[in-house]
Amino acid sequence: MQIYLDNAATTRVSDEVFREMTPYFKNKYGNASSLHDFGQEANNSIENARKIIAERLKADIKEIIFTSGGTESNNLAIQGTAHNYKDRGNHIVTTKFEHPSVLETCKSLEKEGFNVTYLSLNKEGLISLEELKKAITNKTIIVTIMHANNEIGTIQDLKEIYKICKEKGVIFHTDAVQSFSKTDINSEMADLISISAHKIHGPKGIGALYIKKGIHLKKLFHGGKHEFNVRSGTENVPAIVGLARATTLITKKDIEKMIKLRDKLIKETLKIKDTWLNGTKEKRLCNNANISFKYIEGESILLRLNEKGIAVSTGSACAAKELKPSHVLLSIGLKAEDAHGSIRFSLSKYTTEKEINYVLKQLPPIINQLREMSPFKGGENNV
Amino acid sequence: MYNKKVMKCFKDPKNYGKIKNASGIGKVGNEKCGDVMYLYIKVEKGIIKDIKWETMGCVAAIATSSEVTELAKGKTIEEAKKITRADVSKELDLPPIKQHCSNLAAEALQAAIKDYETRKRK
Repeated sequence: MQIYLDNAATTRVSDEVFREMTPYFKNKYGNASSLHDFGQEANNSIENARKIIAERLKADIKEIIFTSGGTESNNLAIQGTAHNYKDRGNHIVTTKFEHPSVLETCKSLEKEGFNVTYLSLNKEGLISLEELKKAITNKTIIVTIMHANNEIGTIQDLKEIYKICKEKGVIFHTDAVQSFSKTDINSEMADLISISAHKIHGPKGIGALYIKKGIHLKKLFHGGKHEFNVRSGTENVPAIVGLARATTLITKKDIEKMIKLRDKLIKETLKIKDTWLNGTKEKRLCNNANISFKYIEGESILLRLNEKGIAVSTGSACAAKELKPSHVLLSIGLKAEDAHGSIRFSLSKYTTEKEINYVLKQLPPIINQLREMSPFKGGENNV
Repeated sequence: MYNKKVMKCFKDPKNYGKIKNASGIGKVGNEKCGDVMYLYIKVEKGIIKDIKWETMGCVAAIATSSEVTELAKGKTIEEAKKITRADVSKELDLPPIKQHCSNLAAEALQAAIKDYETRKRK
């Protein structure tokens, strides 16, 4: 039995998406910039895809730019704003628990002379609106705050955040890679919105950026003036078509099902002694359960689950390239030793109750055995 | 990331647990880093008759705990003193980022031997 519960990392391409994309590799392969029928067919497909995404975000078609994915969208939004509006100031506001594509972009801008304020999170994984208000100065150009966190799934109140940004006259960007199509994220909540296809059963290597009319970004790539002269590079037509198809794939019913299964997983797992849920239970993405298991280490849990065919991820330092525990878990106040024992389960619309039941059966003995090996609870039955 | 030998040690670790009246105990690592190893030895007539470990840590830490105790079991104290991180990592071929785990295992063994010798002198 193979059970994939790492859908926050990436998802499988759905059959519908795959079918939709297939003709664009061998038959409809034209370059959208070409004037012949091959090219115009590709161009029409791109514009149709743009329309679908614009509708989903309650945006105008001219406000949607295709990119290579979430990382590029975040880079383009933040760098593009900072560089284009540097006459307005040199200050950026973000949070401590953003995705690396936001944090590393901010760090790189710091080296150029920009100042960055990193807002703290409470233990629920939410920012303080008061702190945000205080952080914005007359030097602030852009505020960038993610919608749903990729590790703990907590959802920020974007309507309130955007209201504050508008009052203060600063541009607001949100990384909505995890929440797009799983929430009602739309153009009324931000000036700039990053989305990605591979988190919602679309292909890898494609994403988009919503850019509110009137906002201009300094481009990252120079070239053939594609995408309204914001993002050059021959359009990845099959992937764009795939992204558009994926956009309408997750239904309200799917979301309700994921919430039900997520809650069952959380409730039953928390019956194991010395465990807790990371991040608020209420303002939480429909498919995310991030749980810490005390006295043991995440990589060991992950690979024990893997032996049983269950794929998850961990915030443990031992599984990270830099041997540092998850910055997200540390930002919500976890001690390093507690961050090591965290496991993220992320569901998809294809996750079944049978799969969750299997996980719930396999998990307790794994935790119990690893705790038996641990000096902190050696020999005791903790489950 | 890990080779077959490491995964075998991790799947079926040997000698884990505690020795109640151990002759020596080695405690190394720290919880903050995520790797803590306790190593217990029972010594009779200068020979390590029994050896057990308790580890909170990653796959490499568990595999090296198992490996170091397998290497030291039945050895004389003098032989066991010569077991180094190189002996542990030689068998397991750990990825570079996990080399420190083999240090930890060898350190735990040497700490247990040192503890045994200190107790003996008293």
